[in-house]
Formats: sequence, C-alpha cells, structure tokens
Amino acid sequence: MSAGRSAPSGVLVVGASAAGLSTAEALRRKGFRGGLTVLGAEPHQPYDRPPLSKQVLSGAWEPDRALLRRPDQLSSLDASFVLGDAAVSLDAEARTVHTASGRVLRADAIVVATGLRPRTFAGQDGLAGVHPLRTLDDAAALRSALTAASRVVVVGDGVLGTEIAATARAMGASVTLAGPQSAPLESQFGPLIARQLAALHADRGVDLRLGAGVTGLGEQDGHVTGVHLATGEVLPADVVVVAFGSAPATDWLAGSGLKVDNGVVCDSSCRAADGIYAVGDVARWHHDGLGALLRLENRTNATEQAGHVASAILGENRPYTPVPYFWTDQFDVKIQVYGVLSADAEVTVVEGDMAQGRFVARYRRGGVTTGVLGWRMPKQTRMRRQEVVDVFQDSRSGGTS
Amino acid sequence: MKVTVDDEKCCAAGTCVMVAPEVFDQREEDGIVILLDPTPAAELHDAVRECVQVCPAGAIQVSEDA
Ligand SMILES: Cc1cc2nc3c(=O)[nH]c(=O)nc-3n(C[C@H](O)[C@H](O)[C@H](O)COP(=O)(O)OP(=O)(O)OC[C@H]3O[C@@H](n4cnc5c(N)ncnc54)[C@H](O)[C@@H]3O)c2cc1C
Repeated sequence: MSAGRSAPSGVLVVGASAAGLSTAEALRRKGFRGGLTVLGAEPHQPYDRPPLSKQVLSGAWEPDRALLRRPDQLSSLDASFVLGDAAVSLDAEARTVHTASGRVLRADAIVVATGLRPRTFAGQDGLAGVHPLRTLDDAAALRSALTAASRVVVVGDGVLGTEIAATARAMGASVTLAGPQSAPLESQFGPLIARQLAALHADRGVDLRLGAGVTGLGEQDGHVTGVHLATGEVLPADVVVVAFGSAPATDWLAGSGLKVDNGVVCDSSCRAADGIYAVGDVARWHHDGLGALLRLENRTNATEQAGHVASAILGENRPYTPVPYFWTDQFDVKIQVYGVLSADAEVTVVEGDMAQGRFVARYRRGGVTTGVLGWRMPKQTRMRRQEVVDVFQDSRSGGTS
Repeated sequence: MKVTVDDEKCCAAGTCVMVAPEVFDQREEDGIVILLDPTPAAELHDAVRECVQVCPAGAIQVSEDA
C-alpha cells in the first residue's frame, strides 16, 4: 500500500512505549517512507508494562524480556530514536517540540503518546519505602524492596493494586490490600464477581482491609511506617505500594494550544489539531459508537489505536470505534474483559461455573449486553466478543468492528 | 516465512486469532497460543506481520528468509 496524497514528509512521535512504537511500526507497515523520529523520556529501549506487575516483579523474567522489540527489529524501522530526553513543550501551530536537553524538533505531523503518570500521596516523594509502579525502574526498586519487606501494604483496590498484591503474596510477602470499595474492583466488576476476586485473594493469604478510604502515610526518620485509614486505624508497613490511579502525562502540553481535559481531547479519528494526533493511555477521543469522549488505559488499545492514528496521518479519516478489551492476571487466574462492565449491570454466568473457578459472565444493562468477563477461560471469552460489538458500532455509519 | 511463538510470553488475548485464524488458534484450557501453520502461504504473510506488531505480549516472531 502506498501512502496517500496528503502523507506528511516527516512524523515525530512523542513517547516511546507501546502506543508510540506501534504508531511508528504501523506507519511503516502502511507504506510511509518519510522521516520518522521517536522521542522518549526514559533511557530504556521501548519495553512493555504489563509484565512489570507480573513476571518482572516476581523475578520469573529478567527485565530484558519485557523489551518490546529486538534491536534488529528496531533498526529495520528506519526511525531515529531519541531516548532519555523529555519533551517540555509543544507549539501545535508551528508543530515544534522543545526537549529538556534543548533539542528543537519540527515535523509535519506530531503524535502525542506520553501515557500516564501515577497519582501519589502529597509528600510521598523522598519517603523511603513508598513505591509507585509504572516504569521498569519502579519495578526493579519494588522488587528489591519486596524481597526484604516484613509487612507490605498495597493501597489501591483496582486492577493494578490487586495484581501487585497477588504477585507480592505469591513471592511470599505478608501483604495487606487497602482501598475504599467493599470488594476489589467492585465499581467495575459489580458485587458478584468482585466478591469472587476478594475470596481468591483471601484464600491465598492476602489480608483484605477494604471499605475504608486511605487518608495518608505515617513516617519516621524519612521512612514510611504505615498507612492511615479514614476509620482512624493505622496499618503498619515497611513497604507501601501506591496504586490508586494515574493521570494523563500532559503537563508538557501547557500552552500548546491543544485542548487538555483528562487527556488530550481528540475528534473521532484521534486528531487533536491540524497535524497533531494522540494515541494510547493519554488520548481522549470521541468514540462515535458510544457517542461520547473515551479514554482507555489498556495495552491492546495502545496498539489498535496506533494503527488507526497511522492511517489518519496518511490521509484516511475513519472514526476509531474499538470494543474495549483488557486482561489481568491474579495469581493463576487470567481475567479477560471485552466491552464495558458496570456495578449495576445484570450479571449472568453463561459458560462454566463460578464454584469451579472457570466461567464466562455476561453483563447486561437495559436489556443490552455491554460486556463479557472471563475467569480462566480466555478463548471462550474471546469467542463471545461478538455479543458486545453492537454497542460500540456507530449506528449512523454502520461502522466496522 | 517462518513463524515462531513464545507461549511463556503469550497473555492469551487472542489478538492473533482475530487477525490470522488460518495461522493461530488458542488452547481450550488456558487460551495460550497454538501455532497452526509455522510456514504460512505467501498470501497470509501481511496478516502474520501485522500479528507480530499487534500481539500485546510480543510473543510472535517471524524470520523472513526461511
Ligand atoms: C504495571 C502495569 C501493568 C499493566 N498490566 C496491564 C494488563 O495486564 N493488561 C492491560 O490491558 N493493560 C495493562 N497495563 C496498561 C498498559 O501497560 C498501558 O495501557 C500501555 O502501556 C499504554 O501505552 P502508552 O504507550 O499509551 O503509554 P505508556 O506505556 O505510559 O508510555 C508513555 C511513554 O511516554 C514517555 N513520556 C512521558 N512524558 C514524556 C515526555 N514529556 N516526553 C517524552 N516522553 C514522555 C514515558 O516515559 C513512557 O515511556 C499495565 C500498566 C502497568 C503500569
């Protein structure tokens, strides 16, 4: 396939992780032969994040195994990778990026792929024993802390917090999971499945201290000593993992002229302004099927959206209307989710058996199937993806799935 | 083209099966990739290259000169 008439002569991708690298690859795959620069704040070659809370944290993999591509695959892309240098500003109109080291990069098309930054407690920086988990360096630091820890508290009852609690517990640590919901992931999975997840964690020895907000951290001599709950209770800890959400990494876009509101706001083909696109966790685009702005924080979206952005750069303007998907590994349980779940949905087990620890559940709202969740049944769950496709299609255009 | 898969890296998303069902499948019991055809016919090569790039676990490799 050859690049369309409107193909730019040079593309700059800011952010060198799943979404940024995938955009560069998709541009080449679709026939783009112009100049390609990928700018990344981290010094590492592009690596993958899902293994950071799984195989890299547990030590099952050397960190190198999380690299997204081999060096020969990267060089065959014929792109210039500028790593270890962060973008500090963007001029959307002039399509120019300034970097921390003083580089000035200009391109006909610029792709924002800067992902997320973890939320933190006020005053957490510099407090020993407190760990976020977003980067390879975070994973290495947390791993070495866990191997010496006596009491670990994971703050955050979402996907990341529960996954880290499971991995840490499987490594033999004494682990407490804290968060405001009465069961982990309840606001997403609903009470039935959230209780099954709570039971799994309890059964494997995670101490669940849920249903109380976390108000702050205790410290002594620059080291964390525990986690304070809204009930007044204190959970003692020498290692605290902070996993209560993230925010789009958009500080560097202040004054750029782009609209930033919980992510870079884009039209339905992921365009933020003339010649400027956003992709991956940082992008909040108009999903025509849902008729609303949407931002997804999951791995397959980074790649799927990248393919779309590459097409848009090459002049093909199709709305991006994906069926959301994510997976998470909790101990030996793989959970897969297609579509959108909600706490008030009507949940029915349509395959397998909850008591046997293998099942697929269907989520319905107002008589419409909006999501399916699989518990140790990845293939069977994928085969039901079709059941949710309608909700995500644009009825006006009869869009594709 | 010669295709190889790393079933330890595979995360069972099944993305490859959606792109190239002639070449990939998933195990019934745990969803891990099954390579149906390690030397796919030429008309499938583009789809397989796409699988390499869209696999969310980087678990698929191809060598073009085999
Ligand atoms: C520990 C962990 C486990 C996960 N597990 C799963 C899972 O099991 N399943 C799933 O579906 N998803 C999972 N995810 C989510 C998935 O990893 C993300 O959706 C994916 O990484 C998004 O890719 P991205 O490229 O948009 O953003 P990121 O991966 O965050 O990459 C953004 C990159 O941009 C760089 N950057 C930021 N600011 C600048 C700047 N100013 N200049 C230059 N570069 C900059 C960052 O350093 C980073 O390298 C997990 C995430 C984490 C952190």
